[in-house]
Amino acid sequence: MAITEVASAKTAPTSAPHVVLGQKTAKKKRALGIGGYLLRIGLAVLFLFPILFMFVSSLKPDQQIFGDLSSIAAFLPIGNISMDNYSAVFDRVPAARFLVNSIGISTITVVAGILVNSLAAFALSRMRVRGKTVILTLIIATLIVPFETLALPLVWWVNQLPSFELTELGFMFSKGWIDTYQVQIIPFVANAFSIYLFHQYFESIPKELDEAARMDGAGWFRIYRQVVMPLSGPAIATVAILTFLPAWNSYLWPLMVVQTEELRPVMVGVQYFFQLNVSWGEVMAYSTLITLPVVALFIAFQRSFVNSIASSGVKG
Amino acid sequence: MRHAKKRLIVASVLATSLVAALTGCASGTAGGSDGKNGELTVWTHNGGNVEELAAVQAIVDGYNKSQDKTTVKLQAFPQASYNDSVIAAAASGKLPCIVDIDGPNVPNWAWAKYLTPLDLSVDLDENLPSTLGIWNDETYSVGYYDVALAMFARKSVLAENGIRQATIDQPWTQAEFGDALEKLKATGTWTNPLDIGTGDVGEWYPYAFSPLLQSFGGDLIERDEYQSAEGVLNGPEALEWAEWMQSLATDGYIATKSGADSALDFQNNVTAIQYGGSWAAANNAAALGDDLAVMPSVDLGEGTKIGGGSWQWGVTTGCADTEAAMDYLSYSLSPENIAAVAVATATIPATDAAAALVPGFEEGGNLAVFREFSAQSAVLRPETPAYPFIATEFTKATQDIINGGDPQKTLDAAVTAIDANIKSNGGYTQK
Repeated sequence: MAITEVASAKTAPTSAPHVVLGQKTAKKKRALGIGGYLLRIGLAVLFLFPILFMFVSSLKPDQQIFGDLSSIAAFLPIGNISMDNYSAVFDRVPAARFLVNSIGISTITVVAGILVNSLAAFALSRMRVRGKTVILTLIIATLIVPFETLALPLVWWVNQLPSFELTELGFMFSKGWIDTYQVQIIPFVANAFSIYLFHQYFESIPKELDEAARMDGAGWFRIYRQVVMPLSGPAIATVAILTFLPAWNSYLWPLMVVQTEELRPVMVGVQYFFQLNVSWGEVMAYSTLITLPVVALFIAFQRSFVNSIASSGVKG
Repeated sequence: MRHAKKRLIVASVLATSLVAALTGCASGTAGGSDGKNGELTVWTHNGGNVEELAAVQAIVDGYNKSQDKTTVKLQAFPQASYNDSVIAAAASGKLPCIVDIDGPNVPNWAWAKYLTPLDLSVDLDENLPSTLGIWNDETYSVGYYDVALAMFARKSVLAENGIRQATIDQPWTQAEFGDALEKLKATGTWTNPLDIGTGDVGEWYPYAFSPLLQSFGGDLIERDEYQSAEGVLNGPEALEWAEWMQSLATDGYIATKSGADSALDFQNNVTAIQYGGSWAAANNAAALGDDLAVMPSVDLGEGTKIGGGSWQWGVTTGCADTEAAMDYLSYSLSPENIAAVAVATATIPATDAAAALVPGFEEGGNLAVFREFSAQSAVLRPETPAYPFIATEFTKATQDIINGGDPQKTLDAAVTAIDANIKSNGGYTQK
């Protein structure tokens, strides 16, 4: 007992600071944790409020939207709430048609983009290509040229391309892709950033796997299809999202090359509401409608998207 | 490996031949201008503008029923992006036979050879001058309507603050207007009692603010030869205008960037006076009823001035059947058609005959005041191909001035830029 007491007495003075220090560290950690959460909540609110405002305003008449602007009521579904703006949207704009167009254009661009860009990246990563570093550098260098600079020359170029048309008289060739679906898809299939992203990801896949596959008699395309691509889920998801977003948000290009209303995508539809007297409630309703597919896509691919951005970011 | 190489070479040759063959075929069948095969297309800026689009569609349907030689198709674009679509189509040789054009852009489009002079079977002498697009003594476009600028206020607010309601015969003077704003500001009810639409940076700036400049005696450019802005956009009168505009902001009478919708802010009593377009009248009247006062713009020394020229119709140079296009336009300009569009859009009918058919615009009608504003005070924006550039420079300069920029330096910079642009385009004389 005495020995224990002595031992306790001996250890007590030395252990007390440890306990205090441990408590302090725990407190500090907790404080940092709470601070971190508060910061995250703050950021979430910051990013969520515009979307909340958009949705809530889509349920209100114009005068109330502006009347509520100076108070918290702007973010609350109170007052004269109805779905009138949503039904008005479909009177003003062929919204269903625009949505179908955009879904089609974006989906084909994404699928074709994944195929073409991954094949290009695979060739640059795996095959023996002379000067492939230079080629990759040149591809990446194209990223610094903004699309606005290329838009007009591209209009000229697509207008020179031959086009097929099935008419009553049979197959006809005509000049120019203006006012077609393909002009909204094909120029955006090949993408330098997607090639870079795939290339970086493919570099992280051990080349021994290719060699093993080659030993089993696999050719390049089989290695691409059955070895590399099945291991590239996060890269595919990221490229899918990064291709989908600009395709969905495309505005300037369709404005320049699409003349027929039936071929227009959703973003051009936003401008339908900006007449001399703007219908703000309808703008918000339309914006809500065209935001939903993007949000759904992000939620579906969120984990892969974050993983791939994190991994390619570390490597890049 | 050798096989693979051979296959690659064969595939490349085949692909190249196919593309060459297709291009060859394509060059044989040229893109084709509109108006062939008895079909012609009309482009309008009314995408999303349900009422006006329906009225124009009714005219098209009426024309198609009235004869069987030509079928007219209507293609609508949203207004905000309409000009970009037309310019892109012109660049790729895909313009339709008939386009509608915002009035001040007509000289530029005529100069760029998008438009051909009109040769119509109707007499255009009866039209409001601001509904015709004239350049180099040729008429390139004609509109169904015009719009006007006005001051909107609550009669009750004016009466409570001892402010006289302005009339066409007796608009507010600069001093009277300043006094009214001071009284309204002093009540403390409104942070900025006046809304002149500073948040709207499109064509609104030159449309709404250049008439104020002209009312001071300045202008956007000299109007004899349209070759320089020197002395008119940076002379003493223009400087007076710039200082006055700046004082509206520094005195707190206007917001340097107004809300997204001036009419709704006015209806919600966020502002006491709205300087706005006639298109806001119907909604303002619906919200305020008899309490709404519609007044002419302020006289800043050289009389009241408002902008003139709205959307008009023109025929393109590439049209394969200009005769049919002119025939359609002539048909569309009947008083009944003009009246139908004016009813749908609550705009000022282009002719007296049409005005007589539009409720409110007949003599003594409640909307006739806008037609009077337009007839008495409308000043066309400069009829020069340089206008789009002038408009951009004027917008930038006005924004800078409202936000505290040095008035003289800002105006001088705008003049330098405008003159340089005109010079670099060879004076915008016909190509």
